[in-house]
Amino acid sequence: MADSDTEDFVTYGTPLDPIEEDEPLKKPVPLHDQTVKDEKGRFKRFHGAFTGGFSAGYFNTVGSKEGWAPSTFVSSRQQKAGKVNSRPEDFMDDEDFSEHGIAPREITTTEDFTSGRQDTIRDKARALNSLVAPIPGDTVLEDLIAPARTSVGVEMLKKMGWKEGQGIGPRAKRKPRKQNVAEAGTRIYSCALPPNGSEESEEEEDEYTPENVTFAPKDVMPIDFTPKDDPHGLGYRGLDPHQALTGLPGMGHIDLFTLDSDRTSNLLGTGGPKHRRKGGISGEAFGVGALEDADADIYDRDALSNYDSVLGGEEPGDGLFGWTAPAQYNKKTKGSSRDASYLGKILEGFTLASQASEIKTIFPPPELPRNYRPVHYFRPVVDLASTSPMVAQVLMESKGHMPQQTQEKGRHQLDASQRRDLLGESSLTGPASVFDLLDNKDKERLEGIRRLAGVGASGAMTEERRAAVVAAGVAAAAAKASQSALSSLPQTPGSEEVLSAWRSPTADTSRSFRPFEKNPPKQARYDQYISKLKQGHKDALESSLDGSMTEWERGRERDEFVRAAMLYKPSSSSLSSRFTRAKHEDNEDMVEVAQEQEGDVNDKQSAVKMKMFGKLTRDTFEWHPDKLLCKRFNIPDPYPGSGLVGLPKVKKDKYSVFNFLTLTDSRPESGGPMGAQSQPDSSPLAGPPKRAEPGKKSRWDMSERAGQPKDALSEFLSEARSEASTSQQPASSQPAPAPSLTPEPPALSQLPPETQQLQEEEEESRPPMDLFKAIFASSSDEKSSSSSEDNSEEEDDEDGHRQMELQPPGPLNTGMDPSALPVPSSAAPGAAPGAAPGAAPEAKPPPEQPKLPAAPSKEQRQEEEEFGPKLPPPTSSWPQLPASSSVPQGDAHKKKCKEKHKSKKEAKKKHKKKHKKHKGKKEKKKEKKKKPIPEESDSTSDGSADSDSDADDLPGSISTEQLLTRLKSLRGKKYE
Amino acid sequence: MAFPLPRPQPPQLPHHLLRTVDCKQGAIRAVRFNADGNYILSCGGDKTLRLWSASRGTLLKTYSGHGYEVLDADGAFDNSHICSCSSDKTVILWDVASGLVSRKLRGHAGKVNCVRFNEEATVIVSGSIDGSVRCWDTRSRRPEPIQVLDEARDGVSSVKVSEYELLSGSVDGRVRRYDLRMGQLYTGHKNTSYKLDCCLSHKDTHVLSCSEDGYVYFWDLVEGSVSLKLPVGKATVQSLSFHPSEPRLLTAMEGSVKVWGAEPEDTVEDQGQQ
Repeated sequence: MADSDTEDFVTYGTPLDPIEEDEPLKKPVPLHDQTVKDEKGRFKRFHGAFTGGFSAGYFNTVGSKEGWAPSTFVSSRQQKAGKVNSRPEDFMDDEDFSEHGIAPREITTTEDFTSGRQDTIRDKARALNSLVAPIPGDTVLEDLIAPARTSVGVEMLKKMGWKEGQGIGPRAKRKPRKQNVAEAGTRIYSCALPPNGSEESEEEEDEYTPENVTFAPKDVMPIDFTPKDDPHGLGYRGLDPHQALTGLPGMGHIDLFTLDSDRTSNLLGTGGPKHRRKGGISGEAFGVGALEDADADIYDRDALSNYDSVLGGEEPGDGLFGWTAPAQYNKKTKGSSRDASYLGKILEGFTLASQASEIKTIFPPPELPRNYRPVHYFRPVVDLASTSPMVAQVLMESKGHMPQQTQEKGRHQLDASQRRDLLGESSLTGPASVFDLLDNKDKERLEGIRRLAGVGASGAMTEERRAAVVAAGVAAAAAKASQSALSSLPQTPGSEEVLSAWRSPTADTSRSFRPFEKNPPKQARYDQYISKLKQGHKDALESSLDGSMTEWERGRERDEFVRAAMLYKPSSSSLSSRFTRAKHEDNEDMVEVAQEQEGDVNDKQSAVKMKMFGKLTRDTFEWHPDKLLCKRFNIPDPYPGSGLVGLPKVKKDKYSVFNFLTLTDSRPESGGPMGAQSQPDSSPLAGPPKRAEPGKKSRWDMSERAGQPKDALSEFLSEARSEASTSQQPASSQPAPAPSLTPEPPALSQLPPETQQLQEEEEESRPPMDLFKAIFASSSDEKSSSSSEDNSEEEDDEDGHRQMELQPPGPLNTGMDPSALPVPSSAAPGAAPGAAPGAAPEAKPPPEQPKLPAAPSKEQRQEEEEFGPKLPPPTSSWPQLPASSSVPQGDAHKKKCKEKHKSKKEAKKKHKKKHKKHKGKKEKKKEKKKKPIPEESDSTSDGSADSDSDADDLPGSISTEQLLTRLKSLRGKKYE
Repeated sequence: MAFPLPRPQPPQLPHHLLRTVDCKQGAIRAVRFNADGNYILSCGGDKTLRLWSASRGTLLKTYSGHGYEVLDADGAFDNSHICSCSSDKTVILWDVASGLVSRKLRGHAGKVNCVRFNEEATVIVSGSIDGSVRCWDTRSRRPEPIQVLDEARDGVSSVKVSEYELLSGSVDGRVRRYDLRMGQLYTGHKNTSYKLDCCLSHKDTHVLSCSEDGYVYFWDLVEGSVSLKLPVGKATVQSLSFHPSEPRLLTAMEGSVKVWGAEPEDTVEDQGQQ
């Protein structure tokens, strides 16, 4: 089967090459490869439009390499040079022959063998000639002297006994036969076939046939299908000069069908002069020719009689060819039954029936009445009046027979709602018309306007009327306004509308505007009011107002609420039912940011340096693999049904400052000297299960130890975000504390401001080594310690400089470009303690922290933690800042500066202690935080001496693990 | 009745040079065993990828079609296909037998550093210098990758695929593990300054790494101590690949590939004599 199937296929053409998918794209054919070939496959080279075109050169034109060589005239006695007639073709290109109408040579029949049909071209040429000639009809002479010449075919025919005017074929005896011409059934409705040959000639009705006479078949006039290719009308013939002078044969009566018959007669070699005209121009034109008899035949009178009225009708002539039959034969015998000759051959064994079978009479269908409609219409039979209601009821139920009050209307008579009911669609909640959207007053006003317009004499509005309308509108509005303003009624007039607006189920309260955001209690009351409105409470307004306020205040608030509710009412239900919420938010300012971001490399690197692999160096994210990928790996989709792929994203404000902050806020813990490393308590086990939750904490996993400052920072950020405007202030205020910042030790910081400033400037001109170190974190600790050694020693005990260090973070918070930060921070180190308190509150966003003049340093500290700069740490100014020696960060080296050759452990201890201090401060400030562990609280007092003592007290064996555990416990408390 | 397990033998490290193959294809960018270790793939700097017999060192096939030097290659589990990546930003899937390109995967924005098949050779995972890891489907003719993992902050230098995990090492110093089962992304931290090949030995007992000083270092996985320092040559060891089941090592240095075994092979010598 399969074989046969395949064998059955028939393929046409050449199959294309299978498309190779990976096939490199085909290069375009370069210019020099683009060739043109002529029909014979020779290259056509284009030599330039004016230098031969495609036909220049050896291959295309001339026959020799040397080019066209003129032939030399050579004539000798033996070989006489013949006369050479050069034709135009000799100078033409082959390609141009067709263009100029020079037909290619071909074998043609010679004139002897051609039929009488003339060469059209020759005809045309001759006609043209005759017209152009000085005497019209000049060529007539030629025609006159035309040689008597018959074509070979005619001669042959004549030799075979054919005579002109006869048909071709064997002579035949006419069979006597009778024809019933009048028979209806034999009418031929189609075109009669041209009678051909002797057989058809039998059809002729000739009643009399002498016995021994044979007849040649009738001459056949072949139908000449010469297409009509001139624009003249049907049957038009132009004036023919030939006829005028010679009275050439062939012109019978003007007949459509004989028009061409001259040709056919020519074909047969016969002029067929039936009636010869005496001469003169015939044809259709105006006027009478000079040689024409007046009125002779000039104007062609065409009569209907010239035309056959019956297709295939009788031939002209009786078919007897001039032989006159005796009169009695002329009469046709009518009514004779059809005979065999008519019917044609009778099959053998059959004879004709003697009786014709009866003809069936067919009666025409009855005529329909004019008003007849071919649709049946059941008239309602029962009418209510005559039948009892019971019967009617029953009828109604059983059938649809009851007369229906409302006739079923056509589809187009139904209105939209009716169609909707028929289709079973739910009705739109919206109002039926636009006017339903208007409130009553507006309606009234409109009504008034309409009335006014009606009263007006014409449709055109006069000026006064327009003014009146406007005035009416204004008056109405004013009245409304005054009413609402003055009303001391418990229900403000608008409240009803408000109620209706807010009550609609589609009203989306969550999206509504919060007009009184600046006044939280008021906003709360407003919210209450709105919510009550939503529930449909009538007394929503009254109940939500504060009873403790004065009457006047309440009145004002009432008005405000109503107005606000009106203003910010949810899009009216009627409208909202017709609109849907946009599927895609077209918020260009938003940018998709990964929900979670990887922690900072620095933290991890530091963790690696401390050999604390594990949680600290790892992050976990929620990640959505592609469905197809899961399929390919033969693994069930971990998040079936979730459309997203990759890491989940959140939208963030594209241009928000906080975007940058969130990007950078991972740095504080890592790079910040007092950030991550300064937290003494840390445990290696820190935050094991937290990884799972994708919350924001997960991101900070690596900096578990930095939990506290981190928190403060995030808090600050959230707060600052809510009031972006206020957060700008710290930035502007930052310059104020800046002058007080000096890189100098505390002693210097007491100096008059001018000197400090000078120092600062000096510092700014050349960034301190710390900066570089912070940037190139890999620099060794030893180097850093040695570089900043000098400064650090003196600063150990000072609180003040510590505060100063805190300052640099300020600019960071306020959203300055992070890249710009290092410089101010570097300048930060030493500062007068006195200056600090003032600067600190400024740097902070106002709402967050109240000023605490009593504990300025603490504030500072906290601030620093919160804003914990990832900035390069301030130089040596941080005295007891401990850092794990392994960390190459600035803090580490700073600490080193202080205690050059102390062991790592000691350093850590200090670090821890310092952290405790921070803790204590925080607690003071924010009472949310729990009290730290008792021992730690002891150490909260500032002063480096404490830290030193602490360091001494603590056993040197505290490991990093311990530190981490402690940190963890701290964290835990904090989040409790 | 259970016999005591035989004492585990000390791991044998390939320190005998079995043969050196001069690949004659420019600098060898990477050399790889195929899935069963019988064949060697060498990625040359002359845009070609060559397939060698591991046992004899004879050239079996040359695959050319890359537009720039080939950086990495991997063989499918059934040896029917090879995938390779190149500096011309493309990943090519080759038909082994015919040597024709069956897919050319374009999409990376930079040169493609590494490429791997997954276990069933249904997915090609490629990591590029553009910081993305792309997963290509070999089953369909889709021209774009199934998924693009663009979490890396810097170029991806290496990729590994296990049964259900994707591992990518990036120049940003991280190793990212994409767990398909759990649908999670783990990001770890790694501190490498530059990339040269490293791999685990067949029993995961040692870590091998190339070095610029011409040695291959064998590190004990657990202790972290150098257990063997195999001198390969004077130039940098570009790439190395460990036999999947036997102590057999491939190293690529400059234009030649060396095959190392734990014990000197007799057959090799025989062949040499012949």
